[in-house]
Amino acid sequence: MELVFSNIAKSFKRGAKDRVVALDDISFSVAEGELVCLLGPSGCGKSTLLKMAAGFEFPDTGSVTADGKPVCKPHPDRGMVFQDYALFPWLTVEENIAFGPEMNGTDRREIRERIRRFITLVGLTGFEKAHPHQLSGGMKQRVGIARMLAMSPKVLLMDEPFGALDAFTRMEMQEELTNLWQAAPFTTVFVTHDVEEAVYLADRIAVMTSRPGKLKTIVPVPLSRPRVRTDHDFVQIRNHVLKQYERTQPSAAEYSI
Amino acid sequence: MARETNPRLQKIKHLLQYVSLSIVILAVWQTLYHLGYIKPIILPPPSKIALTFWELLNSGAMAKHVGISVLRVLEGFGIAAVLGLSLGIAIGLSRTFDRLTDLIIQVIKPIPPIAWIPLAILWFGIGEKSKVYIIFLGAFFPIIINTIDGIRQTDHKFVEVARILEVPRFKFVRQVVIPGAFPAIMTGIRVGLMVAWMCVVAAELIAAGSGIGYLIMDARQLSQSDVVLVGMITIGIIGKLMDSLIKRLEKRLIGWKVSYVGD
Ligand SMILES: Nc1ncnc2c1ncn2[C@@H]1O[C@H](COP(=O)(O)OP(=O)(O)OP(=O)(O)O)[C@@H](O)[C@H]1O
Ligand SMILES: [Mg+2]
Repeated sequence: MELVFSNIAKSFKRGAKDRVVALDDISFSVAEGELVCLLGPSGCGKSTLLKMAAGFEFPDTGSVTADGKPVCKPHPDRGMVFQDYALFPWLTVEENIAFGPEMNGTDRREIRERIRRFITLVGLTGFEKAHPHQLSGGMKQRVGIARMLAMSPKVLLMDEPFGALDAFTRMEMQEELTNLWQAAPFTTVFVTHDVEEAVYLADRIAVMTSRPGKLKTIVPVPLSRPRVRTDHDFVQIRNHVLKQYERTQPSAAEYSI
Repeated sequence: MARETNPRLQKIKHLLQYVSLSIVILAVWQTLYHLGYIKPIILPPPSKIALTFWELLNSGAMAKHVGISVLRVLEGFGIAAVLGLSLGIAIGLSRTFDRLTDLIIQVIKPIPPIAWIPLAILWFGIGEKSKVYIIFLGAFFPIIINTIDGIRQTDHKFVEVARILEVPRFKFVRQVVIPGAFPAIMTGIRVGLMVAWMCVVAAELIAAGSGIGYLIMDARQLSQSDVVLVGMITIGIIGKLMDSLIKRLEKRLIGWKVSYVGD
């Protein structure tokens, strides 16, 4: 599924009459099977953009389309993974994964088959009957991903899914997400504010800046996978992305009046 | 040095901690009586209370009074649970229903059940119904208020997940909202049962001929302070047992909710 964001603008009410411009004229597209990272500082509107792709928020002007059709409401085709997992704590791992398929009336045998497949896929074998509070953060997010994959989505929208994890678990999860995605390349929009994470995962990085939220540039990452964080090319691209932010920092002159 | 971690010893230690303060208080109380500081007519000593308790137990009077009181409480509480839960869920789910009922609930809630006694007698007579009604009033509000709160606190993320997964509304309520509200509902049930039990004395002020509240009121007229105390302590012990029972139920039903237990 192809996602196209065209000329998106969005402002939010702040106080009685004040409005904040959250997004200002943003256009880019995510091709079928492509993995795009939205990278930017806090408050630049990454989550707002992602919610528009999901169908929870709507632009003031401009449009988001999925395979040419405007996005008007959430749909299982566009799965979403949350930073704080949003697992149902009263359900076990397998019940959480089975939740979506059960809701749309998939038959029992097929559900059991999917549970087995996705539990294996995200490496949670042996934890089928565990409750979320018995799992580590990384394991919870594996359930969060498996739950959405069980709906066979065409797009996966991920909002800082590894943001709450420690650095080592995060690297491990990045690697596993890459493997999952390479095995079945679903169109992915991955929100992060971690430059290295973006360079590790993305086909292209949408570099955003804040106040108001703008798309500064799009950086392609033409590295083969698996990527090595210490490789010369990797470091070069990372530095290149970092430079985008250096130039957007307010210059010293702006402060000295 | 390694800390003592023998689980058996730990258990015994915790049990001792659990009962030690009560034992000390009883011992001091008994000693003060023997030293002549406390007049038995004002405050009978533990030994006398225990004796009276034993007599009431042996004569079968205690079982009769407790039985009838527990029955009344279960009736009042049962009605309160059914109405409180169903109304609470309806109000929690519907803003309109909430606006319609909020003022009435907020105004009636602070009226203590005991103030309802005159009306309860007028409406239901002096039989069982009026007593059950008083108990019902006590249990109803904690249950309905906690149910509404629990439903209102549904995590917004769950709403989003449910919309993505296209969960139909009634399944969303049954499989997401209500399980999410369950801890709060259990709190309402627990507090409701406790208040219902505490209302038993008030309810049995209405022309009762039996029950633990009657036992206390009757003994008051005869100045039997030992029987009064036996009645009070019995209410306390049974209340504690009910609470433990529900807590245990709670743990089994909502083991997924991990809470802070203190140091
Ligand atoms: N519902 C809302 N009401 C008012 N303002 C909002 C709302 N949602 C977002 N905003 C504002 O829009 C801007 C962008 O928010 P958004 O959450 O999209 O940023 P973000 O890039 O995801 O930030 P973070 O990295 O901190 O998650 C912020 O200034 C935020 O305060
Ligand atoms: Mg965000």
